[in-house]
Amino acid sequence: MTYLGFIREHLLTWIVFLPVVGMAVVLFLPKEKAGLIRWTSAFFTLLSFLASLELCWAFDRSEAGLQFVEKMAWIPTFNIHYYVGCDGLSITMILLTTLLSFLCIFASWSIKEGVKGYFLMFLLLEAGMLGVFVSLDFFLFYVFWELMLLPMYFLIGIWGGPKKEYAAIKFFLYTLFGSVLMLVVMLAFYFYSEPHTFDLLELARPQILKIKDLNIFGIALTIVEFRRVLFILLFIGFAIKVPIFPFHTWLPLAHVEAPTPVSVILAGVLLKMGAYGLLRISFPILPQETYWFSYALALLGLVNIIYGAFCAMAQITLPQDRGGNDWKKLIAYSSINHMGYVLLGMAVFTTEGINGAVFQMFNHGLTTAMLFLLVGVVYDRVHHRKLDGFGGLGVQVPIYTGLVALASFASLGLPGLSSFISEALVFLGSFKVYPSITILATLGIVINAAFFLWALQKIFLGPLNAQYKNLAEVNFRELFTLVPLSVLILFFGVYPMPVLNLMKATLDRLLTLLQAA
Amino acid sequence: MLESLFLKFLPSLDPMTSAMVMLLGMPLLGFVIQIFIGKRLFRGGDWVSVGTIFVSFALSVLLFIDLLSSGPQFQWTTSWTWIDLPHFQLTMGILVDPVTILMLLVITTVSFLVFLYSIGYMHEDPRYSRYFAYLSFFSFSMIGLVLADNLFALYIFWELVGLASYLLISFWFEKPEAAEAGKKAFIVTRIGDVGMFIGILIIFFETNGLLHFDSIFSYVAKGQFGGEFLGISLLTLAGICIFLGAVGKSAQFPLHIWLPDAMEGPTPVSALIHAATMVAAGVYLVTRMFPFFTPEARTVIAYTGSFTAIFAATMALTHNDIKKVLAYSTISQLGIMMMGLGVGAYVAGFFHLVTHAAFKACLFLCAGSVIHALHTQDMREMGGIRKKMPITFTTMGVATLALSGIPFFSGFVSKDLILGESLSFAMENPSHFLIPLFGFLSTGLTAFYMFRLIFMTFYGEPRDSKKFDHAHESPWVMTLPLIILSLCSLAIFFTGSPLGLGELSLWGEKSQWVKYLLEPPSSSEHPTSAHLYALILSLTMAGCGILFAYLIYYKQTLSSEKIAEKFKCIYKTLTHLYWIDELYEWAVIHNLLRLNTLLAHFDNRVIDQVLVDGWAPITISTSTNSGDFDNRAIDQMLVDGTGKVVRASGKEVRKIQTGKIQQYLLVGLGAVCGILILLTLV
Repeated sequence: MTYLGFIREHLLTWIVFLPVVGMAVVLFLPKEKAGLIRWTSAFFTLLSFLASLELCWAFDRSEAGLQFVEKMAWIPTFNIHYYVGCDGLSITMILLTTLLSFLCIFASWSIKEGVKGYFLMFLLLEAGMLGVFVSLDFFLFYVFWELMLLPMYFLIGIWGGPKKEYAAIKFFLYTLFGSVLMLVVMLAFYFYSEPHTFDLLELARPQILKIKDLNIFGIALTIVEFRRVLFILLFIGFAIKVPIFPFHTWLPLAHVEAPTPVSVILAGVLLKMGAYGLLRISFPILPQETYWFSYALALLGLVNIIYGAFCAMAQITLPQDRGGNDWKKLIAYSSINHMGYVLLGMAVFTTEGINGAVFQMFNHGLTTAMLFLLVGVVYDRVHHRKLDGFGGLGVQVPIYTGLVALASFASLGLPGLSSFISEALVFLGSFKVYPSITILATLGIVINAAFFLWALQKIFLGPLNAQYKNLAEVNFRELFTLVPLSVLILFFGVYPMPVLNLMKATLDRLLTLLQAA
Repeated sequence: MLESLFLKFLPSLDPMTSAMVMLLGMPLLGFVIQIFIGKRLFRGGDWVSVGTIFVSFALSVLLFIDLLSSGPQFQWTTSWTWIDLPHFQLTMGILVDPVTILMLLVITTVSFLVFLYSIGYMHEDPRYSRYFAYLSFFSFSMIGLVLADNLFALYIFWELVGLASYLLISFWFEKPEAAEAGKKAFIVTRIGDVGMFIGILIIFFETNGLLHFDSIFSYVAKGQFGGEFLGISLLTLAGICIFLGAVGKSAQFPLHIWLPDAMEGPTPVSALIHAATMVAAGVYLVTRMFPFFTPEARTVIAYTGSFTAIFAATMALTHNDIKKVLAYSTISQLGIMMMGLGVGAYVAGFFHLVTHAAFKACLFLCAGSVIHALHTQDMREMGGIRKKMPITFTTMGVATLALSGIPFFSGFVSKDLILGESLSFAMENPSHFLIPLFGFLSTGLTAFYMFRLIFMTFYGEPRDSKKFDHAHESPWVMTLPLIILSLCSLAIFFTGSPLGLGELSLWGEKSQWVKYLLEPPSSSEHPTSAHLYALILSLTMAGCGILFAYLIYYKQTLSSEKIAEKFKCIYKTLTHLYWIDELYEWAVIHNLLRLNTLLAHFDNRVIDQVLVDGWAPITISTSTNSGDFDNRAIDQMLVDGTGKVVRASGKEVRKIQTGKIQQYLLVGLGAVCGILILLTLV
């Protein structure tokens, strides 16, 4: 019992570092024993997942503040702490991360070369992601944020597709660029706070952060301007991750080149970090600036929605030599579209909007992860993703077809499936504030339907392409990764309250803070 | 009766709630069973689907009987919170009132009969159980749609029926046309749905979160629904937006293009979804939201409906595909219903929905029976099968008479009510004379194309003897639904009076159950003085239509080719269906795709290659230059240069280091002398 008590007291630490423990174990396994390495990794990600379920179980849903807080001095000279905790905002992300990581281990079965290295990197990636979601100290946050980049770089660069090096370096440099901006803001926060601190909760208190006038490069900035500059810098840092137009072009490339499980993690978890960062850091610390920027944020959301949808559709209409005809790229662009709803919901400061936005983050994690897993299933069999190259698979692989249809319909926002609720909440919330933007954004609903159905038609309907008359149906291992996601998509589509209950108290408090600004 | 039944068997639960949940849940259960294990069940599990829908049907009938005894004031509602956030709630609920019950009766009856019919029609299909799964799913969604007590819940089921329609239209997805048609149906109706969604947003915004029907109506009735946008009141605008959803679902102009293509689906599906129930959902929506529409919004509805009625009727004139003729006829009839609701004929509009559901489902199922026998949909390959398929012929004849609006048949009763109301509406507002004009003209056209269909299909000489020889009457599971539906197409079924004139009803007011049960919302009905004129006019129109059809296609005293030749321009326009599809292709899709390509290029070329990757050459050249600078200037010149200088100077200095002591002493002496001289000088 005492052991269990010990685990409970440091639950978040366990969740974050169990994958690291797994890493250490895998490190000592002989590299020929691929099976053992896989199962060990699966075991530790499962432990982390179970721990996060325990977290969810013990989580007090009526509490708006942070829970499971652990705080220890780390580098006392600079007032840096190992400071972790979770609230309604992060708990959904933690659950999503541990679930997807666990499932992705099974989607990684098709990785045949460098198995040991792959799983080492994968476990490190999971630890990094979880660390970002639990950190309450900006410095710690930054460390985890950077820590994540490294395994991602190798996972894309080594186990990726034909243009993997280009994709990996682009991803790395682009995100690093964002990190540098974040670093600047972090240092500014540190040096302008009295007393100097990296503590995100402290920084969010109104008297702590004392920004002064600044004269830099011969430009005199008033306090208001300087704060806005800080907001913009931080915003760009996060916008790259979301990604927000025009900082999005690394995404389709990275998705296309990354191996399936890494695409899943990229879309399912990494994209959420940008929006999470905005909600966790920018919004509470710089609320007036957030308010000042909200119209632009809504507009960017609209651009993401429409532009992402059109670019996704172009995958069907454009031939391959002009950058089209790729199923994975279509889903990648649809992610840009979906993140647009998140931005729109965040920008309006209404209950429906912000809850819809965070719920949309969660739902996008489920649906897009499922879509990427599904693309991976067929890619493992036929080694291409050309939308033109299939045809009529519906006859040959009915279960697979059904699952793709389910995920696609979820993605296009069909009622009864979870994304619909989050999108509808976003629209209900945003119409009150920006009716014209909202009406334009609803155009995205039609385009979304158009390209998803068109893709379904190209791949599954029509006469069967004779090339694939021996195509194998999804196997048990693949079903194991897909079924849980389908069930969750369906369940939260019918009854979304379990997720909304987790987040609503925290978001309500954040909203009060923003509305005061 | 229903309540006592449930109290007896499920005493601990609220009887109405459990009845409604069961009514809704049974088809869902059928769907779940069929989709997962249907294939492994005996007979592909068709009995599961048929059984579950039968339960829903029986419950609806019981409900209906209860309703008849309790009268039109009956209303039962329940709701529970679905999404509960701080300062924001969405509820889900069930509303049962006469409109709901009549819809339930229509849906479950037609569903049950179509399910039964499908056993015969689809028995050879390899995806037999999947077909029943989809059908069950459709019935579930459709029942949900009419049970919903608020707009948001309605919207959810509204989309779900769209999904069911998509799945069933493209059921034979190996055929590219079917796949294309399913996609088209979903996208086109979704355009309307987005309009409806915007309408919901406006209502939600204006009423501070009310979506429940009754609360919206009382809010509107109190005159609290203010606001203007571009000089149009928001209330009207919201009404039109909501109506847009109906335009999509009920295939009204200009979103009608999907319905004819939807005929690619199996014929029973066309009967159930694309004739009797789903397409009528738009009419149901307008009925349900009737008190919400302002006079301006109703005028829009009336014009849309009446124009669609005549527009679609003309397109049906020249078609040779038996199902497509019926499809255009459906569009036209839905237009008539919309027109009725638009001019304020609340009861009549909905009444026509009910009668139409029976005879149009019957027509489609008869067409299916013919197609099943002849394996063709082209009427030019049919002919003379009257004797071979007597049941199909008789039932189709009855339904045709009903559709054409002939006395003694149901269509006459309801259509005449609508036409009468529209006429009196135009007499009050003479500027709107086009509305009844379109309505009457379409009646004539309807009679014409329907009799054309009958003559071409059943009369004359067989045009394709091979197919003709093969023809036979369908099995009982198919003909039984035909017989039942054709009986429901008789006027007596709806009015208790053989002639169909309500005033002469034999069994009191309850025998005119549709009229009895529907309470028109406050004074929307017009005085019925115009009904007699309308009756004479419509009968004349129908008579002319039938006469022409008889002369052209039966007697062949008038040649259809010659007429086509004479009005070549009109004929061509009709056969090309007014080039509407081409127009959309050219104006919308083409430009959309161009925009698509443009944006994709912009993304690829400008943003990615220039703005992002553009940094690469700049960085590379900067780094190359700084590398060069570092190498040449700093390293080679400054650093190594220093070394070189030192070395060179060392080389020179070395020369003086000869190792000869005398020389050193000499130099030393010279240096001392030099210093001394310097010192003395200073």
